[in-house]
Amino acid sequence: MAALRVNGVEHSVALAPDRSLLYVLREELGLTGTKYGCGEGECGACKVLVDGVALRACMTSLGEATGRSVTTIEGLAEGAQLHPVQQAFLEAGAFQCGYCTPGMIIATVSLLHRTDRPSDDEIRSALDGNLCRCGGYLRILEAVRIAARRSAGGTGGDP
Amino acid sequence: MTTARGPLPFDLLTPEDRPYFERFGNGLVVVLPAQRPGPGGWGRGGPPHGGAWIHLGEDGTARAFTGKVEVGQGTRTALSLIVAEELRMPLASVELTMGDTDLCPWDMGTFGSRSMPDAGEHLRLTGAAARAVLREIASRELGVPPAEVELSDGRATVIGSDRARSVPYGRLVHGMRRVETVPASTTPTPPPEWAKAGHPAVDPGAREVVTGARRYTSDLHPPGMLYGKVLFPPTYGAKLVRVDLSRAEALPGVTAVHDGNFVGVAAPDLPTARSAVKLIRAEWETPSQPSEAGIIEFLRSHPAEGEDFWDVIHHAVGDVTAAFASAPISLHETYTTAYIAHVPMETHAVLASWEGGRLTVAMGTQTPFRARDALADALSLPPSSVHVFVPPTGSGFGGKHAAELAVGAARLAKASGRPVRITYTRQEEFTQAYFRPLAVIEVRSAMQKDGTLTAWQFHVLNAGSAAARTPYEVPNQKIDNQPTDSPIAQASYRALAATANNFARESHVDELAARAGADPVEYRLRHLADDRLAAVLRAVAGRSGWVARPGPTAVRAVGTGRGIAVGLEKGGRVATFAEVEVHEDRRLEIRRIVTGFECGAIVHPTNLQSQVEGGTVMALGGALFEAIHFEGGRILNPKLSQYRVPRFHDVPPIEVVLLDRPDLPSQGGGESPLIAVAPALANAIYDATGERFRSLPLTPNGTLP
Repeated sequence: MAALRVNGVEHSVALAPDRSLLYVLREELGLTGTKYGCGEGECGACKVLVDGVALRACMTSLGEATGRSVTTIEGLAEGAQLHPVQQAFLEAGAFQCGYCTPGMIIATVSLLHRTDRPSDDEIRSALDGNLCRCGGYLRILEAVRIAARRSAGGTGGDP
Repeated sequence: MTTARGPLPFDLLTPEDRPYFERFGNGLVVVLPAQRPGPGGWGRGGPPHGGAWIHLGEDGTARAFTGKVEVGQGTRTALSLIVAEELRMPLASVELTMGDTDLCPWDMGTFGSRSMPDAGEHLRLTGAAARAVLREIASRELGVPPAEVELSDGRATVIGSDRARSVPYGRLVHGMRRVETVPASTTPTPPPEWAKAGHPAVDPGAREVVTGARRYTSDLHPPGMLYGKVLFPPTYGAKLVRVDLSRAEALPGVTAVHDGNFVGVAAPDLPTARSAVKLIRAEWETPSQPSEAGIIEFLRSHPAEGEDFWDVIHHAVGDVTAAFASAPISLHETYTTAYIAHVPMETHAVLASWEGGRLTVAMGTQTPFRARDALADALSLPPSSVHVFVPPTGSGFGGKHAAELAVGAARLAKASGRPVRITYTRQEEFTQAYFRPLAVIEVRSAMQKDGTLTAWQFHVLNAGSAAARTPYEVPNQKIDNQPTDSPIAQASYRALAATANNFARESHVDELAARAGADPVEYRLRHLADDRLAAVLRAVAGRSGWVARPGPTAVRAVGTGRGIAVGLEKGGRVATFAEVEVHEDRRLEIRRIVTGFECGAIVHPTNLQSQVEGGTVMALGGALFEAIHFEGGRILNPKLSQYRVPRFHDVPPIEVVLLDRPDLPSQGGGESPLIAVAPALANAIYDATGERFRSLPLTPNGTLP
């Protein structure tokens, strides 16, 4: 029985420790906001925060996540209050089909934990492992800039 | 929806027999009947399709219905804006149901950029007709002539009464059960007068996307659901000879099904389903298939019959033979494109369940009605016993047209008596999907010494007919499209044929301009017959700061270059400018792209901008590095680690110039913005290096060959 803390809630999971965290989240816990895209760590659709750092859930085993704190896209908002990164993606219209969006948002939250004023190059590097087949990269870049301005203590308005 | 269920589906009933009010409550219903496509149009020879209906309820909600689907291209909001505009009500009061085969009008499918010109126009007419009826009802209710009623913000108000004499729509239709047909005289609001459509809008579904609450088909998990898995043929065209399911069926909870070439299992969890498939013993007969090395010769020697967009076309004007014989300058070149994959972020997913002999299928598909009819056919059911609906779908790009997976899931659900969901793995998505066809295009041209084009011969092999015609004025033309057999599955793709044909034509025209010593922009403008396209080209040349030049700037291996290309397809006009730098190590750096686009009256500018940006990015993949490799009917690179698609670091600055033409009907914007990207890049590389590349992808191994 593995003890897994997801979005602040403790779960006991009766699965083999080599089962992927993605499988556990989606099929056992019903947290389907985390997406399957490739199963080989190439697309970033399955990114979740593990102790605040974005990891690919398809490449992370249940055993590796046990005893650590996992945050999925469902765990970012505080009640009705969106996380600033979610709010920025919404305002920038940074999605088309929306399938890659949870992974993009998680990767952005992780980036802004590391650095609150990322350059465009740093944003591109941090998100290079996240695919958007609709090609919405420029809107996503804009969303991350908005979120970064706010997390750096700005007013949220234009600079 | 908790209301009683009447006979279904609506599209199989005449408008007066449909249980609108039993299903949605009292109100006003306005119906635009299905349309018979004109000669030469999409879906000709098929049943009447499209049309729309709107139910305006006592709660003030307008429920609108169209057979088109949303797979990420943003038409849900665009079409809702049209309804809100015509009904003069808030966007939030419009509920659009798309592609639900129980409730929506029959539609051939969401492809060919038809959502805005067809569904958009149909909803526009239906909304306008509903508004006219509302005005008449309001005039009676308020006791003033119709001309003194103002409809706005979901209310009817006596003009000048400052809302003192005002009724919300919901009250106007209270207790009503009225069905009207859209009269031929209906006049929708002219785009220059639009107050909602044509203005920036936020997608009402944005919140569920950013919170992860949106449920795609692959996220659905009804109680008791089993996981389905298919045993796929090992090679393209393989036939099942013998199969033994016994070892799979021996696993606890596993149901296995064999029907024709279909072999699949359903199991209580995914690992068991995977194990069960591995335990199936199957023997396949695998026809020999040509491999990549000889592909062009194979296509040349295997012509096929045409259908739909694979049309065989023969277009001839003047006398090309005579024109070539007398031409002082002529050119003859061949251009090719590769098979490429759609790679939708959400792989194919389908959920099938049975209830009392009726089948319900949720699936990410671009063709729900065709899927319904195919399911009914395959399972020997009347179409009324099949319900297909389309949950939010993680993109399609022309890749989600097939129904076989749904048939398999339905068989497994029937055999197991449980709902069954099948979701492709990424590898299955690559190997079981179909591809954009590999195309070979031969161009012969002739011109006078001053550069004036005199002859144009364009022979298309396997690309498809879209954009095969030339937008340039040439007195003698011969244009043919010849479909062929294919050694791997090929079918629809976002802007498939137009991308290939446009690459060939716009590269070739650039070669002609260089040969004539003419500036590529001036040379195109000199020959363009279409004023709208010329306007887009001028706009892009202006925005990009185009500097006229007679031939390539540099004839050396490295340096920067600029290229431009145009395209006219599906009613959209596009021009793309690209600036590139070719480095010492043959690396290609794209420094800047400007894409200009015009598709008539713009309905949803925010979304159109997204479509043009995103389409440009998608086109970069096919232009630069995407290619499916195959051998003997097998796909050799069926993984994202082996098949490169554009990532953040591949995306240059992209500027979009939208030309709004409120005086012209709205056309689609999801496909045509892609088609000038590849030739603009090839032309820019030529400008930088003097080298002409006539084969896509341009940098197959990450660098120029």
